[in-house]
Amino acid sequence: MPTLSLMPTEFTVVRNEEKCIKCLACVRQCGFEAQQYDAEDDRLYAIDANCVNCQRCVSICPAGALTIYKNPPPLRPHAFWTENHLRNIAKQAETGGVLLTGMGNDQPFPAYFDRLLLNASQVTNPSIDPLREPMELRTYLGRRPEPGAKTRTPLVPIATPIMFSAMSYGSISHEAFASLARAAKEFDTMFNTGEGGLPGDLYEYADHAVVQVASGRFGVHADYLNAGRIVEIKIGQGAKPGIGGHLPGEKITAPVAATRMIPEGTDALSPAPHHDIYSIEDLKQLIFTLKEATRYQKPVSVKVSAVHNVAAIASGIARAGADIIAIDGFRGGTGAAPTMIRDHVGIPIELAIAAVDQRLRDEGIRNQVSLVAAGGFRSSADVVKAIALGADAVYIATAALIALGCHLCQKCYTGKCSWGIATQDPYRSRRLNPEIGAERLYNLLRGWSHEIKEMLGGMGINSIESLRGNRLHLRGVGLNEVELKLLGVKHAGEAM
Amino acid sequence: METLNARGLHYQVLNETVRKLLDNGCRELVLKNVNGQRYIGAGLQGQARLEIHGVPGNNLAALMDGLEIEVFGNAQDGVGNTMNGGTVVIHGNATDITGYAMRGGRIFIRGNVGYRVGIHMKAFRDKKPLIVIGGQAGDFFGEYMAGGTLVLLGLDLPPGKPVVGNFVATGMHGGEIFIRGQVDPFSLGKEVKAVAPTVADQQRLQEIVGEFARYFDLEAEKILARPFTKLIPYNKRPYGTLYTY
Repeated sequence: MPTLSLMPTEFTVVRNEEKCIKCLACVRQCGFEAQQYDAEDDRLYAIDANCVNCQRCVSICPAGALTIYKNPPPLRPHAFWTENHLRNIAKQAETGGVLLTGMGNDQPFPAYFDRLLLNASQVTNPSIDPLREPMELRTYLGRRPEPGAKTRTPLVPIATPIMFSAMSYGSISHEAFASLARAAKEFDTMFNTGEGGLPGDLYEYADHAVVQVASGRFGVHADYLNAGRIVEIKIGQGAKPGIGGHLPGEKITAPVAATRMIPEGTDALSPAPHHDIYSIEDLKQLIFTLKEATRYQKPVSVKVSAVHNVAAIASGIARAGADIIAIDGFRGGTGAAPTMIRDHVGIPIELAIAAVDQRLRDEGIRNQVSLVAAGGFRSSADVVKAIALGADAVYIATAALIALGCHLCQKCYTGKCSWGIATQDPYRSRRLNPEIGAERLYNLLRGWSHEIKEMLGGMGINSIESLRGNRLHLRGVGLNEVELKLLGVKHAGEAM
Repeated sequence: METLNARGLHYQVLNETVRKLLDNGCRELVLKNVNGQRYIGAGLQGQARLEIHGVPGNNLAALMDGLEIEVFGNAQDGVGNTMNGGTVVIHGNATDITGYAMRGGRIFIRGNVGYRVGIHMKAFRDKKPLIVIGGQAGDFFGEYMAGGTLVLLGLDLPPGKPVVGNFVATGMHGGEIFIRGQVDPFSLGKEVKAVAPTVADQQRLQEIVGEFARYFDLEAEKILARPFTKLIPYNKRPYGTLYTY
């Protein structure tokens, strides 16, 4: 690496010396070692190049002495060669590596949720007040048995159509993982183990776990499958469709290794495909291997990224015997993904839900499977819109992490997370208290669920079931004809 | 000892019958006329012995933990897929992805195997999976291998036929592979190197080949007379320098 970096620092840390009480909290709490203390001179200073603007120091500074500024681009970006492009090229010219990033796609692609509006009752049918009238959010996931079916896999009820999406132990800390597990149990919904197994001390939450089986098969064994409530085959992830994962050896600490059942310090490599699945027929084999291993007691979900041909793929998944289809849109988050993949592969979840729901209806098999949507649900309104487009339930992950303290610095892949979420360093992860974390997640679910009830009531609907695929309650704004047709919605202003 | 005639049985019926028999304390079970039924032994745990006559279908012993299965015939794809423990002995050939993501237990195959055998095999604490193959193996042998031991004997090879296909151990980052005889360097993946087995390796090979020979009534000394090549990964982090931060 050259000694002179052409990569300018992105942020400047400014300390108000008059306010600073030299408590050194910022120095202790900065995960990225940007905040420094020189004991000899009794001086606090910052290494701006290390700062990722995660706002941890700003948030915890008792004196309110810290501010972080984004530097004006010292390069010469313009509308075509943006600052990101210039920075990335400089970085790659210096290292020769693949650009890595965390969390979801941050590029200005259209957000269809922001182009959809909901309906409400006026005069001709009464709206319902959820504070005084029953309102049903309970959702049942799984395959509706065909008449005369030999086996009946139990349906899984969840109290609200919101579950926590897959985040593996290893990509997030034990504390963050435990927060999700506790909140899922308390709210009576599900969390998802991701592909890194279920830590031994969290088996008490397994009844609220979706246990994942991915291409690396980390931590997958008969007890794990039988402990979980739903088994999910992970084919793809919205943030990185078509590629596998490399959890770097530094993150494979002793407890992570024990949960994944691999040696400490070895890279945990997930191949891009499952090498026992090269076709829908092969997928059927893994689905039924898992069903056999769990004696048909666990619904099997198959999670795929939203890609161009997602509707046909979903049809194949339903026909292969899956009970649940989970689709992850291109805004879905990740602990680490190549930037180019995250920012340029996949399609918006809104279009994917509509396309899949329509295809399954056209083929007369929509009633057989549950459809779970994931990837970029920022509010309860997004959830309601997704369900109106045709989803049974949604997975949230980024929103859950933000509830736990995440400030979207997108540096999860470094393992240095100052907020104790995407790290395996006990000094950092200890600052996230799973009890408080679970409470914050519970609060989020509670708030969103009540908002969903309000929106349902406004539409004159008293059950989430009646909203599913009810696209008459959606109207598009500023969408062209193709988009309206794909989403299956009318334009705002058009009547019923 | 119980005997079950699998002729014409759907795999769901066959496997549920097997599970019920084992639940009721059966410890030795003979399956006759098996003909392509899938997932036999899938997810089974505990101590018992299954004897299979015929050809079991795909994913035999997948996710299995602890049983002993002996197959008098060929097996198909995915033998021991994500297996956790136990022993599988096959008196014939097996096909692709034998031992995929296998974490523990042992598989002995008298004949040949297909592609991607031992892919993503792991090891964990006292669990050290082992696959021994009497004949030859296809491409991508030991791909992504993260732990455990693969032994390829190349017995009864037709003249001029290589013992293993191309791209051997691509992406390997743990474990070890022993191949009897020489392997052409061009057929190796770039993450592995060939070394000579150590004295300790020789002793282990004696035990492993000795056990293999006992199952199939062969002479271990004859097999061991030919030297082995050992393949190990260059390092356990093959893609550590791929990324820029």
